[in-house]
Amino acid sequence: MADGGDDDSPYKINEGDYVMLKRGEIYKAVQIQSKKKVVFEKQWFFLDNAVGDLYSTTFEIVSGGQLQPVKPKDEASAASDTKEVGTDNRNIMDDGKSQKLTRDDIETLKEQGLKGQEIIQKLIDNSSTFRDKTEYAQDKYIKKKKKKYENTVTILKPTCRIMALMYHGREPGKICHLRYDTLAQMLTLANVHAGSKVLVFETCAGLVLGAVMERMGGYGSVIQMYPGGGPVRAGVENFGFPAHFHDTLHDFPICHVNALLAGTLDTSPKDPDTGEEAPHPDVAAEAQPKMEDTPDDSENVETNASGEPGTDDDRQRSKDAKAQLKRAKQEERRKKLAAAAAQLEGMNADGLVIASRFHPCPVLMCLLRFLSPSRPFVVYSQYKEPLVECFTKLKEQGGTVNLRLTDTWLRHYQVLPNRTHPMLLMSGGGGYLLSGITVETDHSRQANSEEPAPKKQKVTEEPAAKKQKVTES
Amino acid sequence: MSFVEYSEEIRDGDMAIVYQGHESMMPVKVRHGAQTQTRYGAIRHSADLIGKRYGAKVTCSKGGWVYVLHPTPELWTVTLPHRTQILYTTDIATITLMLELKPGSVVCESGTGSGSLSHAILRTIAPTGHLHTVEFHQQRAQKAEEEFAEHRVDHLVTVTNADVCEDGFGVTGVADAVFLDIPAPWEAVRHAKAALKAHGGRMCSFSPCMEQVQRTRQALLAANFEELSTLEVVLRVHEVRSVSMPLPDFGPDAEAPPDRGAAPLRTTTPPREMPAHTGYLTFAAKPRDRRL
Repeated sequence: MADGGDDDSPYKINEGDYVMLKRGEIYKAVQIQSKKKVVFEKQWFFLDNAVGDLYSTTFEIVSGGQLQPVKPKDEASAASDTKEVGTDNRNIMDDGKSQKLTRDDIETLKEQGLKGQEIIQKLIDNSSTFRDKTEYAQDKYIKKKKKKYENTVTILKPTCRIMALMYHGREPGKICHLRYDTLAQMLTLANVHAGSKVLVFETCAGLVLGAVMERMGGYGSVIQMYPGGGPVRAGVENFGFPAHFHDTLHDFPICHVNALLAGTLDTSPKDPDTGEEAPHPDVAAEAQPKMEDTPDDSENVETNASGEPGTDDDRQRSKDAKAQLKRAKQEERRKKLAAAAAQLEGMNADGLVIASRFHPCPVLMCLLRFLSPSRPFVVYSQYKEPLVECFTKLKEQGGTVNLRLTDTWLRHYQVLPNRTHPMLLMSGGGGYLLSGITVETDHSRQANSEEPAPKKQKVTEEPAAKKQKVTES
Repeated sequence: MSFVEYSEEIRDGDMAIVYQGHESMMPVKVRHGAQTQTRYGAIRHSADLIGKRYGAKVTCSKGGWVYVLHPTPELWTVTLPHRTQILYTTDIATITLMLELKPGSVVCESGTGSGSLSHAILRTIAPTGHLHTVEFHQQRAQKAEEEFAEHRVDHLVTVTNADVCEDGFGVTGVADAVFLDIPAPWEAVRHAKAALKAHGGRMCSFSPCMEQVQRTRQALLAANFEELSTLEVVLRVHEVRSVSMPLPDFGPDAEAPPDRGAAPLRTTTPPREMPAHTGYLTFAAKPRDRRL
């Protein structure tokens, strides 16, 4: 299929690529790994044969779970035949006798290696009522049978649109029921674009973070503020971003935010050889053990979620090497924390996106402080009431304008000649958004007129500073 | 200031948004020595704007104050001078996601209209993408070009004054996405197909009327477009209110606690009237060319 020109190379499927499988409206995210069995829509197969083919190719699953590219002709042929059709359904009886093929017959056909299209043709030929069905009913019949017997799969390059559709369709619970059009509003309302510095707080499996990263295109920086032990973002892997995108991604544990604001977060290097702490054992040092075990947990969460086995087999290594590794990891983590802290300390982020199962109010109030004035923010919640609370609090507190609490209503249409109408089912709700723009307050003006160094902010950031005084005394 | 890059400080030549209240914003071209009248009196650009930080509170001559905001495509959409009916943010957001726009995307658009969507596209495809926008109205095309320059996004866009139905987009095989907002989109479907990359791409047509959608979809199917999908997105705004609901008097009751009266309730109300329809969005995918 591919004529091998250089032009094709960005469109080629490679081993190790993260791809999306598609059949009808069903999607699944997988990685191309050789000899790895993939299960999709109750069928198993191997993706090895897809390597070297182009993205958007449709494959037929043939015996042994191998993939074979479908020739474009096959796809089109079925529809074009002239058909004998009935006018209405007055002569059609629901007696269960119209199909002469039995389930066993169909199984035999399958074993003989008949393709989905051929089986459907046999079903039509053996249906006593097909000819009496109206043209519309015939279409519907074929569509239904296609869904059941066709065993094709299309391999697509992952995009934010497909990821959002997939999560919404398969696992809405994992993304706090964030509907794709709501995600679209968030990315636009937060003015997410290349070159900016965006804060993200999400518990949507990495979908929102990945969506923000896609819109940034590897320019600027994204800081994931994460709750608990470690950042959970299995979804980001499935976007299949080039390596340099990940250089722009920082993460910062939200449990260190108070320390950061108070200027007591210590990210100075520890002696890597002895593993001894730097001479200022403080908040950060105390929190260090917490940091240690949890990211490992999160790695497990990630691999479980994407269904892949762990790559490293750390367990088999000697204790000594383990300790060494731990220290190296610790150092690595410290560096990352310091880099993320440096990004935040400027208090000059360009955008804030929140979408989580946590109560949005404290998260928003805390993270808004990291934004420059005149920058947009958007908060998603599955429920309206917490956003009403956020709205009320922001109105009291000031420092924001253009506050809006919204949701979107999404309706799909069937458009067919003389049969155009809204779909019979629609999504009942896609969640709620609170959006707004930061402005300068007397408070922030004061803070910003000083050096942004966190030590000095200790004086102005009252809540954190007060807390600090208590612990110091 | 640029529509694709934030700045901290307001400078001479910038376009800034003066925020006077929720439903009251206006775009201002910042010029040394110039003045702008607001509902709270005049703002002197040299003294009140230039050198100030975006987001600053500015006191006007009559003592009231306004905020000066950094422009974004979304603020531009609600403040721009209308030369045509425009696309609003709810549709724009959906279009951007469903067309899979991102930095580096090459997009073809027609018509340019008042440039509401164009600015949002440019924001998303910068710094490496390009927008080819075609407008059949000569003055509108020219005005849009001027605005792109003022907003410092002109390096990302080519404006052509032509009828897309007859002349197409002036480019072939380069676009990742095509957007049509014209009276007879079915006449431009072949041009959309020609403009899209040989490896395939996505297109969207915006039409207020279902009859237009039907004809467009027929043309799309005839041109072998796939995955057709027509949808409609409506924004619902929830106004946050405190309401108090009085309690009726049921007469004396010895067991009932003393009357506390009703506590005010924080809730939301829908607006009495709201925009119910803008247009139908029809999306389609152009498959890879057969020869590939």
